[in-house]
Amino acid sequence: MALMELASLEKSLGFKKANKYSTQGNNKTPILQSNKGAPLIGLVTIASHLVQEAAQPELLGRTAEQRAVVRQWLEYRVTQLDGCPKEDIRSILKELNQYLEDKVYLAGSDFTLADILLYYGVHHIMADLSVQEKEQHMNLSRWFDHIQHYPGIRQHLPLVVVLRNRLYTGGHH
Amino acid sequence: MKLFVSDGNPHCLKVLAVAELTGVKCDICHASDDERLVPFLSHPVRPVLLLPCGQHLFKANPICLYFLEVSGRDVCDLTSQWLEWEAAELQEEATVVDIVLWAALYPLLSNSSFLPGEWFEQVNALPVCQTVAQRVQQQKSLESLKRFLQKQPLPPARCRNEDAEREMTDEEIQAAGATWSRGLADRPTPAERRHPIQAILQYLRCSGAVLTADVQLSYGRLRGWNALFVCGTDEYGTATENKAREEGLSPQEICDKYHAVHASIYKWFQIDFDHFGRTTTEKQTEIAQDIFWRLYDRGFLIPDTVDQLHCENCQRFLADRFVEGICPNCRYPEARGDQCDKCGRLINAVELKDPQCKVCKRTPVVRSSAHLFLDLPKLESQLEQWLEQSMSTGNWTSNARHITRSWLRDGLKPRCITRDLRWGTPVPHPDFSGKVFYVWFDAPIGYLSITASYTDEWEKWWKNPEKVELYNFMAKDNVPFHSVVFPCSLLGAQDNYTLVSNLIATEYLNYEDTKFSKSRGVGVFGDMAKDTDIPSDVWRFYLLYLRPEGQDSAFSWADMALKNNSELLNNLGNFINRAGMFASKFFEGRVPQMELQQEDKRLLAQVGFELRQYIQLLDRVRIRDALKCILNISRHGNQYIQVNEPWKKIKGGDEDRLRAGTVTGVSVNVACLLSAMLRPYMPAVSATIREQLCAPANCADAMFQGAGSFVCTLPAGHRIGTISPLFQKLEAEQIESLKRRFGGQQVTATVPASPSATIETSANPERAKQLLQEVAEQGDRVRALKAQKAEKTLITAEVAKLLQLKKQLAAAEGKNPEPSPQKGKKK
Repeated sequence: MALMELASLEKSLGFKKANKYSTQGNNKTPILQSNKGAPLIGLVTIASHLVQEAAQPELLGRTAEQRAVVRQWLEYRVTQLDGCPKEDIRSILKELNQYLEDKVYLAGSDFTLADILLYYGVHHIMADLSVQEKEQHMNLSRWFDHIQHYPGIRQHLPLVVVLRNRLYTGGHH
Repeated sequence: MKLFVSDGNPHCLKVLAVAELTGVKCDICHASDDERLVPFLSHPVRPVLLLPCGQHLFKANPICLYFLEVSGRDVCDLTSQWLEWEAAELQEEATVVDIVLWAALYPLLSNSSFLPGEWFEQVNALPVCQTVAQRVQQQKSLESLKRFLQKQPLPPARCRNEDAEREMTDEEIQAAGATWSRGLADRPTPAERRHPIQAILQYLRCSGAVLTADVQLSYGRLRGWNALFVCGTDEYGTATENKAREEGLSPQEICDKYHAVHASIYKWFQIDFDHFGRTTTEKQTEIAQDIFWRLYDRGFLIPDTVDQLHCENCQRFLADRFVEGICPNCRYPEARGDQCDKCGRLINAVELKDPQCKVCKRTPVVRSSAHLFLDLPKLESQLEQWLEQSMSTGNWTSNARHITRSWLRDGLKPRCITRDLRWGTPVPHPDFSGKVFYVWFDAPIGYLSITASYTDEWEKWWKNPEKVELYNFMAKDNVPFHSVVFPCSLLGAQDNYTLVSNLIATEYLNYEDTKFSKSRGVGVFGDMAKDTDIPSDVWRFYLLYLRPEGQDSAFSWADMALKNNSELLNNLGNFINRAGMFASKFFEGRVPQMELQQEDKRLLAQVGFELRQYIQLLDRVRIRDALKCILNISRHGNQYIQVNEPWKKIKGGDEDRLRAGTVTGVSVNVACLLSAMLRPYMPAVSATIREQLCAPANCADAMFQGAGSFVCTLPAGHRIGTISPLFQKLEAEQIESLKRRFGGQQVTATVPASPSATIETSANPERAKQLLQEVAEQGDRVRALKAQKAEKTLITAEVAKLLQLKKQLAAAEGKNPEPSPQKGKKK
């Protein structure tokens, strides 16, 4: 899974040539053999490295605070979202939904790597939600729909249908 | 900046140490573990850093890195790599000690044998660590750490495997092999069960219900049920009368017209009715009146009078929608007879001030009219007893149960079963002559009369509750009539009527973002589906895949294309095509020799499992879930072919060729099974596959008996026919154009200014009168053309003429001839 994401990320960043990745361990942690010596291990590490290489450092955050926030959500993706058991999905969706209430992107008003990797990570959950559930998490759905339509991001993933009109009456909480 | 920490938490220790190391200025606050500091998180976390901008950081490692950055240090790849490792791998490991990185090692000094001693000693000796260790861990010992660790949830069993494939046990694998070799030899006798399946047709929006019924019927027949599928158009009622007036036809003519339209649509959808009838028959009158008399004689009908508005001019009682007046509540002048559009209050037509008959504009008078009411309260306990038994033994969808129970909870009231209309089944009682039955009393009796029109033995189905299982399929708004009113009529008539045991109600299917609306031209309806050039079977597949079972679902063109291309083309079609092609190309069109090895038997076991699931699900009318079983089987099939690479092995030595043969043979047999399983869903495709494989007629019978068994139906040597692709790709442009066509954007064509016409500028009453006549005639002409579905260019030209005339009329009447406004996009 992580390898597909990294391949997609490369395309989004405009890489002409795809890197070769390998994996290790039960979790299939990705490894990138860099020609500068030690290999890079870990999805977040490699993704951040790719962003640097593509000369788009703003995707990691423009200020120290923003960079911290981006790192935080990247860690959230890898530790809490990946492989989470079914019982926890509800609370993760709720957390993200509440967090995104007053933000366009995860880092606030700027599009960052956090949006990309979290989009990849949450896609399979969103794809299985019913119309009603998507409506109950209005902010998350709005953010998700925005990111999946962001030029060059969706790549290998199918489009998840997010309706713009509400079908269910009553508040979205 | 505020840093919130708590005791005994090693993550806090780590952050404090880095703060110390970097010399970053922040307020350190001790907060109890239960306080929720971050508003959007479900559980309280520590440490939390409140940034000056108001944002919260709630992960320890990013906080550490932030401190590093803010103090001017560089965060290199290696640093973040270690921290990613620590967060993702180390923190999540199961053993208690592993939670602790160098920060928490201090309290476990006594157990330092767990870790490389030298490294620990070195790091521990760093001044930073010493300072922080002293500050934080001074008073607290192992205890606080212990308390912290105890509060942590156990590391969850991480489900890394997204596609949790059910592992086949050895037993199952061997059993599958044994079953397979039985072949078509033995066929147990089919079960004896009369199984009529009814469906109700009301509006085209209920195509879903009819389609579902068709699937269930087809499946039932394959299982050897003795089933009857009856459906029809319900033709009485005010709606029909109105439509008739609108189109200038008699009600009977309207019914004939629409009956034919519906019948042709269902034919296109390949719905396999035993009989598609209608309610306007003599049998209907006979049976309905019989039930009426039985209810009357047994005292279940109560006479009463109702005050209604009667239009003396039109000589009829006015239905609510035909009265307009001033709302007694808010004085809105266009309040309708049942509800005020402005203030929304529900009113009775007789309460309106200054009421007017909508047709002739005269003032109606209040007259009382005698009617008969079905005494539901008297029948309530019988109904409840029956419902108890039916709901517990039969298949009722949860929405059907829910709706029925809420009707009962609200308390049953007597329901009026007669109306002052002309178009309907006449009430036979002399005191109520000139009245007809209320459509919802009369319509369900249509099931009986339609059956009676089909066979004289209708009572063997309808008065035989011991032997017959009745299925009703409908949309959820029709549930109360089928679960309460109609059963009460039958129970009260006391003639041993068969009552429904399986009530299947679907939710609403929405169109893209909005609701289907014929009047606004939104969405595609049964009659238009044909025009989309998308085959009937693909429509069936998608509608069944989407079937709104638990909650409403949404139809989306893009999604339809996606499902067609990914599931039908790439999954199902691909597998069946490949299997057949290999047999054709490499084995001269015959099923080759098959020598089963363990992994072949494993596939048989997987397929057998899905087949049994399919049968279990369809026995319980779980249409959508059973469809998934079919797709699972072809998915397994594709993987099986992919792994075994028969196209390569065929070029190898004898053993390889045998493998290629086995894999091909097994795949072709799986394809044969799929054709049987597909029959209820996609009859045309199923027939095509059977033809291409030259499959024997009794395949489905053999495999669908009992719990279901996957046997070898096409043995070695069996000759197959010509293989060709089953599905076509739906391209993006096609979808775009369909979306536009059915999106409901009403755009009027701009009237081309024809150079020859002159617009009169002075008012001219004589001319106006003449033009009025011409406009009316042209209007009729246009309407006629539209009804005949004439050529579009012709219609457009005539419409242009009409608009020109209207302009001239306006000018002749002295009004300002403004061009008609463009109708904007409708939502």
